[in-house]
Formats: sequence, C-alpha cells, structure tokens
Amino acid sequence: MTSTGPQPHRLETGGVIDRSRPVDFLVEGAAVSGYAGDTIASALLAGGRRRVGDSIYLSRPRGIVAAGVEEPNALVRIRGECDESMLPATTVEAADGLDVSLLSGIGVLDQRQDPAEYDTMNVHTDVAVIGAGPAGLAAAREAAATGARVTVFEQDFELGGSMLADPTQHIEGVPAREWVEVVRAELEAAPEVTVLARTTVFGSYDGNYLIALEKRGDQFGAPARPGVSRQRVWHVNAARVVLATGAMERTVVFADSDRPGVMLASAVHTYLGRYAVLPGQAVVVFTTNDSAYPVAHALVAAGAAVTVVDARERSVSSPARDAAVAAGLSVRPGSAVVGVDGDAGEAVEAAWVAPIDAAGTPGDAERVSADLVAVSGGWSPTLHLHSQRQGSVHWDDQLAGFVPTGPVGGQFLAGSVAGAYWTEGCLEQGRRAGRRAAAETGHGPAYEAETAHEQPGQSERAARAGTTRQLWIVPGRAEGYARHLVDLQRDQTAADLLRATGAGMRSVEHIKRYTSIGTGADQGKLSGVTTIGILTAALADQVPAAEGSPLTPGDIGTTTFRAPFTPVAFGALAGRCRGDLFDAARTTPAHSWHVEHGAVFEDVGQWKRPRYYPQEGEDMDAAVTRECRAAREGVAFLDATTLGKIEVRGADAPEFLNRIYTNGYLKLAVGKGRYGVMCTPDGMVFDDGVSLRLAPDRYFMTATTGNAAKVLDWLEEWSQTEWPDLDVTFTSVTEQWATTAVVGPRSREVIARLAPDLDVSKEGFGFMEFRDTVLASGIPARICRITFSGELAYEVNVATWYGLKVWEDIAEAGADLDITPYGTEAMHVLRAEKAYPIVGQDTDGTVTPQDLGMDWIVSTTKEFIGKRSYSRRALTEGVRKHLVSVLPVDTSLRLPEGAQLVEPDALGDYTGQSLPVRPIPMLGHVTSSYHSQALGRGFGLALVSDGRNRIGETVLASFGGRFAEVLIDEPVLYDKEGARRDG
Amino acid sequence: MLTIDCPHCGPRPETEFGYGGQAHVAYPEDPSALTDEEWAGYLFYRDNPRGEFAERWVHSAGCRKWFNAVRDTRTYRISATYTSAGPVPAGIVRPRTDVPHPVSKGA
Amino acid sequence: MNQRNLPEHPDFLWDDPEPKSSYDVVIVGAGGHGLATAYYLASMHGITNVAVLERGWLAGGNMARNTTIIRSNYLWDESAAIYEHSLKLWEGLEEELDYDIFFSQRGVLNLAHTLQDVRESVRRVEANRLNGVDAEWLDPRQVKEVCPIVNIADDIRYPVMGATYQPRAGIAKHDWVAWGYARRAAELGVDLIQNCEVTGFEISGGRVIGVRTSRGRIGAGKVALAAAGSTSVLTELAGFRVPIQSHPLQALVSELHEIIHPTVVMSNHVHVYVSQAHKGELVMGAGVDSYNGYGQRGSFHIIEQQMAAAVELFPAFSRAHLLRTWGGIVDVTLDASPVMGLTPVDQLYLDCGWGTGGFKAVPGAGWAYADTIAHDRPHDLVAPYGLDRFVTGHLIDEHGAAAVAH
Repeated sequence: MTSTGPQPHRLETGGVIDRSRPVDFLVEGAAVSGYAGDTIASALLAGGRRRVGDSIYLSRPRGIVAAGVEEPNALVRIRGECDESMLPATTVEAADGLDVSLLSGIGVLDQRQDPAEYDTMNVHTDVAVIGAGPAGLAAAREAAATGARVTVFEQDFELGGSMLADPTQHIEGVPAREWVEVVRAELEAAPEVTVLARTTVFGSYDGNYLIALEKRGDQFGAPARPGVSRQRVWHVNAARVVLATGAMERTVVFADSDRPGVMLASAVHTYLGRYAVLPGQAVVVFTTNDSAYPVAHALVAAGAAVTVVDARERSVSSPARDAAVAAGLSVRPGSAVVGVDGDAGEAVEAAWVAPIDAAGTPGDAERVSADLVAVSGGWSPTLHLHSQRQGSVHWDDQLAGFVPTGPVGGQFLAGSVAGAYWTEGCLEQGRRAGRRAAAETGHGPAYEAETAHEQPGQSERAARAGTTRQLWIVPGRAEGYARHLVDLQRDQTAADLLRATGAGMRSVEHIKRYTSIGTGADQGKLSGVTTIGILTAALADQVPAAEGSPLTPGDIGTTTFRAPFTPVAFGALAGRCRGDLFDAARTTPAHSWHVEHGAVFEDVGQWKRPRYYPQEGEDMDAAVTRECRAAREGVAFLDATTLGKIEVRGADAPEFLNRIYTNGYLKLAVGKGRYGVMCTPDGMVFDDGVSLRLAPDRYFMTATTGNAAKVLDWLEEWSQTEWPDLDVTFTSVTEQWATTAVVGPRSREVIARLAPDLDVSKEGFGFMEFRDTVLASGIPARICRITFSGELAYEVNVATWYGLKVWEDIAEAGADLDITPYGTEAMHVLRAEKAYPIVGQDTDGTVTPQDLGMDWIVSTTKEFIGKRSYSRRALTEGVRKHLVSVLPVDTSLRLPEGAQLVEPDALGDYTGQSLPVRPIPMLGHVTSSYHSQALGRGFGLALVSDGRNRIGETVLASFGGRFAEVLIDEPVLYDKEGARRDG
Repeated sequence: MLTIDCPHCGPRPETEFGYGGQAHVAYPEDPSALTDEEWAGYLFYRDNPRGEFAERWVHSAGCRKWFNAVRDTRTYRISATYTSAGPVPAGIVRPRTDVPHPVSKGA
Repeated sequence: MNQRNLPEHPDFLWDDPEPKSSYDVVIVGAGGHGLATAYYLASMHGITNVAVLERGWLAGGNMARNTTIIRSNYLWDESAAIYEHSLKLWEGLEEELDYDIFFSQRGVLNLAHTLQDVRESVRRVEANRLNGVDAEWLDPRQVKEVCPIVNIADDIRYPVMGATYQPRAGIAKHDWVAWGYARRAAELGVDLIQNCEVTGFEISGGRVIGVRTSRGRIGAGKVALAAAGSTSVLTELAGFRVPIQSHPLQALVSELHEIIHPTVVMSNHVHVYVSQAHKGELVMGAGVDSYNGYGQRGSFHIIEQQMAAAVELFPAFSRAHLLRTWGGIVDVTLDASPVMGLTPVDQLYLDCGWGTGGFKAVPGAGWAYADTIAHDRPHDLVAPYGLDRFVTGHLIDEHGAAAVAH
C-alpha cells in the first residue's frame, strides 16, 4: 500500500470515496494523492490545486470549473502503453500510477500502435433508461418490476446523479445514497436488467437506435489485457427510451470569470458532497436562482465563510433566500459579481460585488475577499440526445432554459431534462415514464394515453424551480468585454460575440462560425445557452421577436446538436475491425500448399490469390516467365477456386440467361458450356464468364472473382423485380467447389492419370464440354474443357473439402512432366496474349462488348439487358475506343499499365518535363502490359480511340515523363488461328 | 442505422440490406420501341422527393428477397414495407410521369 | 503557420436586405456555387442587379458540411478541364477576394491498395499530366515521406501499394471561402437574402419571369439554380426533372491535436478521407449513405467503418476522439459528374449533381456558370455537362473509371 500524501482540502468525513483505498499518481511530475472514487480533478482539488493548463490562444490561467463532462479547462493527457490524447480530468477516475500532463486545449496523438482491444455489443432492450439519477433510477425500477428487459446507462462511474452531491437528501425515508444502493441491488438482481455504469449514450438515431460507449475497468497506465476489451461500443435497439439525462448548470460571464477559483456552484456542491473536498474557505456564491442556496448551506456546514450574491432584486420572492437569511447567511440581493482579483498564482483572491439595476448595469463595486466564487447562472436541460432526434425544444422563460416541448416518438422524458428541478418531481416523472415505457412494450398494466393534467405542469415546474433572473453577462468595472470569456475552450469573449453581430451576423450558426464559440472539445456544453443569452441582448432590435413580446433566447435558437454527446475514441469505434479482422480474408482449400510453396499473394476482392511462385533467386519476372513457359510448352496448374460460381435452376433458366447475357443460351446443349458477357442497361460490360448447362433446367454459371457477389445480386434483382414470372432460382456455390485449371499441351496426360475413367481424347471430350467423373482417388469431379490461355486446358471441379487433396494429386500426377503451379500474373500474361479481356482491368464501366471487338457475342435477334443503349447517338455516331494490342518498338520495354497514348505529333514542344502548357489530346490508355515469354517481347492491350482502324499505326505511349513509340496491332498476338486449344 | 422491417424476416438492421432506389419503375416492355429520350428516362431519371418515397431494398444478408418500403426522406421513418410480388398498398406514391425529363438546349 | 492562431474575420461581412421586387438575375441557393456565381456575374460580367436567395442561413448547406478537399486530378478531359480551371482560380482567390481563406496547398494523396488500384492510379496520373494537372505516382516509401504517419507495413489487410499525389491540391476553410465570396458580392451590389425559400417559378411563354418565395414574389430576368441536393424539388416546381438522387454524406471532426498530419490522404478502397485542419482537428469524410435522404444525417455504421479504416491506415488516430458528426445532402448523378447548363425553360439555368465534388469546384463552376448565365449559352467548360448527355450516351463517367470520391 502506498502512503498517501497531504490533502489539505479534504474533509475529515463524508463523500462517496473509499478512504481505505488511497491512490497516488503524478500530475506534471508532482505527486497527487486521493482515494478510490476520486477523479483526477477532485484529487487535485483535495491537494489544494485548482489551476490547470493555460488557455489555448490567450494563455490565460485557468482552473477546474466543473465536476463532469462539461469541464472546459481541465484537459489532460495520460501516459501509458499508448497515451490518451485528451480527456477532461473531471471524468477520469483517479488510479494508482497515472502519469498525467495538463493540456492547453491541444492534445498530442501518440504515434505508437494502440495495443488495447475494443469491441462492440449489439443488444435489444424493451426499455433503455439513459441516466441513473433519481428520475432514471425510478424509471428503471418501475420498468424492471414489470419484467420488461431494461438497460440502464450511466456515464458516471457512480449511480445517483444529482443525489451524489447532497448527502442530506432523503428518499422514501432513507438517505438518498442508501436508496441508490437499494435500487441498484434490486436492478442488478433482476434477470432481465442490465445496469451499465461508465457508459455514455452518445448517439441517438432514428428508430430508438442508441449508440453508447462503455469504459471497462482499469483504463490507464495498466497494460492492455489480451482478450479483454478496454472500451466497448454498445449498439442498442430500444423499443422505448426514457431520457433522464438531467440538466447542466450555466455560469454568468463577468470580467475575468475564467480565472482559477471561479467554479460552477453545482460543481462546488459535488466536490463537497461527493468527494469531501472543500475547494475554498472564503466563498462568494453568485447566483441568479435558488439552486445555489443548498450549496451555500453545505459550504457553511463544511466550515467555509460564505457571502451569497443574488442577482435577483430584493422584491423577487425566494423562500430559499429568506431561509438563508434566517439561518444567518450573508446575502446581497440585487447584486452581481462584476470582476475578480487574482493572487500571484493567478487564482481568485477577491470578488468585486456591486448592486445591479433592472438592465443589469452595476453600481459601485465593493471588494470582497474570496478564494472561491461559486456561480449559478441557471440550468439547462441536457437535451442533446433529444435534439439529435430532431425533438423540438422551446424557450421556457420561467425556467430560463431550452426545454423539450415533448418527447420524440417512442421516448419519454423524465426529471430535470424535462425541467423538473426537484427530486420528488424527478422520482415521480421517472416512475411514470418507467411504467408507461414498459407498458408500451407489453409489460405491466396498460395505461391510457397521457393526458395533459397528469404531467407536471409548467406552473409546478416553475414554482419548484423558483425565479431565475436571466442574467447572462455583467459589465465590468472597466469598459469593454475583452476580459469576459464566453467560451473558455475557444478563448472567445463577449467582445468577440459583439464583433460578430457588428459584422452583420444574425444567425446563431453564423455567429458560432465567426467566433468558433461552441466548437471546442466540450461542444459548448458550458457556453452554449450563455452565448444565446448574450446574443439576445445584443440583437434585441436586430432580429424579429415573436409578436408583441421582447426578444428571447428562443427567437435566437440553438445550434444543431449532433452525436457524439461526449468525445469517443476512434479506436473504440473501429472495434474489432482492425488488423486481420478489418476485412475477412478468403482463402482457398489449397492455400496452405501455396504458402508452403512460397507463393506471393495478391488481394482480389476479399480473396488471397497466389500471384506467382518464386523459386530460389527468382524475381517476379523470372518466375512468371518460367510459369508461362510451362503453360505454353508443358503443363501448369492454377488455383481457380476463387471464381464466382452460381447455380441457376428452374424451367425458365434458359430464358433468364438469354435476357441477362448478350448472346443466346436457349440452344446450349446439356453437357456443354458457353462464354457470355453481361451488360448493364446502358450497354456497358458488367461481367463475363462461362456457363455450363447441367440439365435442361440447370446451369452452372461462373463470374469473375471480384464481381461474384455483385453478379449474384444482379441476377436476383432482375429475377425478383422485373421478371418474377420466370421460374428460376440462384444459389451461390462458390464455397462448395474447388477448381483447378490444368493447362498446357501436356495437360491431357495429367488429366488422363487423374481421371482414368474419362475419355480425354480430342474427339471424345470436345472444347467447351464438361464431364462428371470419378477421379482415381475416388473423389467425384466435374471436369470442363475451358481455356483462359488458348492452350489445351481443363478445369477440375471437386467438392471444397477435397480441394487440397485434388490439388496435391494433380501436382503428383504431373510431377514427371514438371507440372508447374502458376499464379494470377502468368494467368494474365497468357490471356492477354490471346486478348481475353479482364472485366475491370481492360474495361472500366464505359466499354461495350463491341468496343472489345466482341460483336460476335452480341445477339441482333433477341432482347437482352443493355441492347437498347447501343443505338444511342454516342454509340452509333461517335468515335469509340477499341481494345487492341500495343507493341513497343523497343521490344524489351514493358509499358506501365495506365500509360496514356497520344498521336506522334501531339506533343508539340512538350518534353515530358514539368507539365504541358495546354492539354495534349489522348487516344486511350494501356490497360494491360506484360513481357511475353512466348513472343519474346513486351506487349500490352490498350483501349484506343478508333483503334481497330489504326492497326499498323505507330503512336506514342506517355508514362513517367517519358515517351515510347508503340505499334498498334490486332488484339490477338499468339496463336491467332486458335490451333492450340485442342492440343 | 435504419431498422427495416423485412416483409419476410421481420425487423433487421440496415447493415443487412442493400438499397435499390425508386420502386415501381418497370423495365420497359419493349425498349426498342422507345425514343432515346424515353430510354434515357428509364436509365437515368428517378424521382427524388423530399418526403414520402416508395423505394426498393434487398435483404442481402437475410432472405435475399427484394421488397419495397415507403420511407420519408426527411425523417427517414419507414411507414410501410411490402413484398415486390404482392399487391401494392393503397396510397403508395407512384413514380412521377407527368413531369418530363428534358434535353437541355444549346448544349 | 501558427497552429494556435487564426486571424479574425473582417469587421463587416454583409447586411440583411429586404428583397427588391425584381432582379436581372435571381440565384437560388446561397451556397458556395451560388455565391461564387453571384460574385463572378458582378465582377466579370458587370451584372450586379442580382439576388441570391437562401432558404436557411447563408452557406449553411453542403458548404458548411464538406471536408474542404480541393484537387483537380480527375480522369476525364472534361472533368480535368473544369476542376483544373477551378484550382487555378483557388490559387488566386485569397488575393481576389482579399480574404484569408486558408487555402493550403499541402498536397493530396490517393492511396492504392490493390494491383487494380495501382493500374487505375497510374492511368489517372498519366492522363492528368497530359491535361496539365500536376500529378505523380509515389511508391510506398515516397508516400511515407509525404505523410509519415501513414502505415505502409505490408502486413496490414490492404497494404499501401503506392499513391497518386497532387502537390497543388489541398484544403481551404469552407466558411471563410463562402464568406469571402459573399462579402465581395455584397460590396458589388448583390443582395444576399436569407430565410427566403423559393416555393415556385413564374413561367410565361416558356420563359421564367420570376420566383415565388416565402417572402413574396420576386421578378427575375434570369433564374439560376444552385441548390445541390434540393435541385430536384425545385425543378419539379419548374416543370422538369433532373437525373439526380439526393443522399446523405457524413463527415466528422476530432478535437484539436498538435499537427502530425501534413497532407490530405484519401483511400477509396478502404473509404477514408482525412486531413488535419489548421487549428489541429482531424477532418474526415465518410462514404455516401446508400439511401436517398434530405435529413442531413446518415447511419452510424458508416462512421464506424470509416473509423476502422482510419485506424488501420493511421495507428496514431486510435486515441483521437470523434467530437462531432454531421451530414450533408449530396446530389448524385449516375456518372458521378455534374449537370450544368441550360434547361427546357428559357432563362432558367442549372448547376447541380456535383455529388461529393462540389466544394473544390466552387470557383470554377461559379465562374463558368456566371459566363453561361450572362451569355445564355453553355461556356465551353460547361457544355459537356448538359442534360443531353444522358440521352446521347456521352457520359463523363468518373464513377466507373478510377472512381475517387470527394
């Protein structure tokens, strides 16, 4: 156990802290001590430190202002395995060993890899209760009692909300904190109830879809624990939502009100009651309303000297004030703090107090010694989540706040978020909301629709809240407002606000942007309503008010509330989607073989495909040359499992394919296959592949690896939405079949050994035919004669779980023939030599089958998707780009794929250095480019304007600031007669 | 995150679905009978209302069925979902046919 | 640049006039395009009896919501022409508007993660260069030199295989750009009229003669639409349709951090677009939500996917915090290129369909649109973008070919 250091401001007793568990940590290298249950901020205050990092732009000294998420000043960086960049010290639990630095509004990102894990939870709940103060706990308890599934979210690490600050409260005859523990125990014992502390609902989306962030256990300093997430994002589908998010106190802006030692009155209350910390001995409580009086009493009880400065005229009735006077407190009604003096450490040592008139103009000020000014400028319901759902709000002039006008659909408002600023009111609203929310999910007794008189009326709310003087800003003893800080995070003053209105800005959105008020890390939680209040005064005769009444903050309006309510780490939102889990990698059954044989992989869609198999000392070119030679001269094999495979079944399957593909499928014989191209309705090539006719009503379609899912979706869409009368269904069988292409003049020998029952003769097994057979191994297989290289080739399809075995059998069957595994790179070379296009590489969504020279595959007699588009002007009259081959005059040159082609005389004086003065017209670009082992030279495919009519012309390829002459040639460069495909 | 009530599977999160744009736009009976303007209307023009919109969704990660939904494009509230095959509920906003899609002049 | 200090806006920006009974030109929409168009009408063509009508607050639509990326490295000639013209105008804009718009030519990287990305990237770089657009292909090591925080390790799921780089590309501060145009337009006599929704058009003999608004009728010699996602709603009022669909597009910002990200990084493959703005906040754009929507908000899973991609590429971002999310309404065409020019209604002009590319086009589109309006014929930069391309099939498909959003 560490020894705990001095805590001069800690009270002897009280607080929701565990004095048996001291904690010690470092702030700016200095030891700070506290107890479990403290925050960094409360421990700092206990140690007598309230000054934090200076302000961001003006470098003004700043102190702790708040006790919660609205804290604008006390931003800290926390060191660890991965540093926390920026957190409010008021929300971070004190823990042993923390290493804390104070920030001046700018964080520092740690560039090390974050070793922590984050995860995501998806839940459905009947009733989500947001906030575990009196209203939320009452709601949860009632809803839970019905047996409904209830999830309670509390951003704090303690339940109780406002009750934590005030140990004097009693609920249902017991002290409030005891009541909280009783309710917590009840809830935790209920099987359908989940209570999530340290969990902030930060987003509220359509359909009661909530997003929350849970901080789980030890946060900082401690090393990451494998398998245990540090933070968890909850996705919550809630049938009903009870918003019990409370309210936040505002300040009043006066000269130097940003000085350390000026705090929110409610924060002072919290530090006193919850943390047993007395932040000052001589306290000026400056208030516009009744809510600060309990704070004043608590301060007195803790031994502080208190002067209450009450902005409300003596004539304003206030039982709270009367009671304080009766209790002997010094109260100055009709007065305001007009400024503060600072000591050497820049903290408050005195407040200047002056009477103010009805317009808020102060009279002569008097200096009152004080080391703490506790300010209450009234309360603002925490309506962020309500507003994120476009819930309407209005200005309640009696409550002096923006209040939800009514709940959004499927939600309930309970407690001070709805303007109920007294505990019994919160409890009553909470109970009602909990019962009704549960009832609407079919739990507990049903209720009639809420009638107006059942809700706590405006008058009761107002009576309970008492009178709040709408005082937003107090003129100082000196002229001007340059020392009246409105937004402490953005260092913006009232003078800045007036400058914005002076510049013609009227919309609160423009003023926000002109001044940047409300854009800091606290998103204006502290400054928002105060800003609007000041604007109301500044624009009194500039902006139209509701008829017949003076301008109110309601006429100015708020800026838009957006998720998140409080900042959320990127890493937490990434969740498990990092590293290998960022996107699933798909591998084929033979993947382990490829790895063992040194394959270099390529990402194609989600698949890992072998690109080439380098042998000792080989670079890619050498490996690909060797692999190509094997396919052209001997035998080679390729893992083609990744090809998309779709079974198309039904009486109308032939008709369906006939409409999808540009060529005909009705007459394709059973036992045969056909290559087809499918197009989008605007006539552009979408995918291609071979379909086998397994039976009159059954086809086996292949699609390109990267497009397989899209093709399946495509078929379903046309079938279901356009041609539901056709009897056809689709099943993806990509994962069911493993496919190996066996390629080359000696492939027949390999297949003959592999499948001894099969007649592999040229006559017995024709091109574009397939056979079902049983391999020597006893494994059933479907073998097709298909080629993507121009060579004699077979595709061996077997059930996936035999994939590796059959791959190895093929390797063994061809071992004496030096059968060679080849990858996608060699596959591309071989197919390019034959001008077989790759959809997505040689096409780009702007290419028709005709552009590819495939007029032969476009039926002129039947209707198919895309056909109508070919008669549009751009396709009939315009010059199209055609797929041709390009041969660099320098035969050793391999053009970069993507090189552009231009006329030889198009360059003018452009040398390739810097940029041309005016655009140089382009003819097209190189889509594919390789070194051909068979041709002994570099070659490419290109889409070239009017290319088929340019064959024999020489043009320039432009790449990397260089130019090279290339000859345009016919697309097919190898075995133009097609003599090799039958072996 | 929308919650979409698949007519076949019930309410499911948006991530299970694919979007298909405006519903009730049929593939032309005889495309070759259309003028280029009419064909362009089919290819490129869809209603884009601010308000109720009958639109297509597909339950990609579920039953794979296409169906239709009526959703308000301002509030995102889905007021109805119905199968592609079944009857079209009363009051569904059909695609506009009264407003022409033009060719700009002078281009 | 001192990260901690931005200069203040001018002492006066614009006033709030009552609409006059008529104008020579009424521009509908006071976003970047509308304001720039008004400015160029006044400054280039001497047409100053102009009103810009705005339904809400000036520049409060997509102009206030975009991620401010400026680049011109588009594939096709027509696109490169207008975006490069725009970039050249950006380069002189601070001086022209006498407004510090924080135009920062910090370069834009478009990462490639697959061999196909590489092909498309090289293709675009080579086309860009011949079109006079500065562009380079960088290998992973060079990418790391330009942006040291990018993870170029080859053991991540989709390793960085290189990137296109446009050094002259960059960012600017969106509000400041809009306000710069607005102030200069107002100085030249243009009326900026906010909270004024157009509810109809007055058309006589096939020619527009005025607009009906929430603040009464306003006569107009010419009417120019610049309403992005709301264009469909307007053209239906004018009696014709446009081939756009309006979708939510989300963006987000982090809290302020010391500057570690010196450039702009875009990755189409994993869907992330990020820069670190002058004050130190990370600004990121997400993918377009799939569904039509005018709600200026999208679905949260889009943000989560984007965060995953960001942390994958930038390990340093793991403990940056999402501070604010928002959504715009992007007007998307099927070829991912804008629609500009004349319409079936005489003297009514169209500028829409910019999708995710509208901000960077503000100067160029405004300039060319103003010329088109002034002369009642499409400027050369505008001509390819007419509605007729959907009929003829002369699409400018920035979508299928080397698609790069934003």
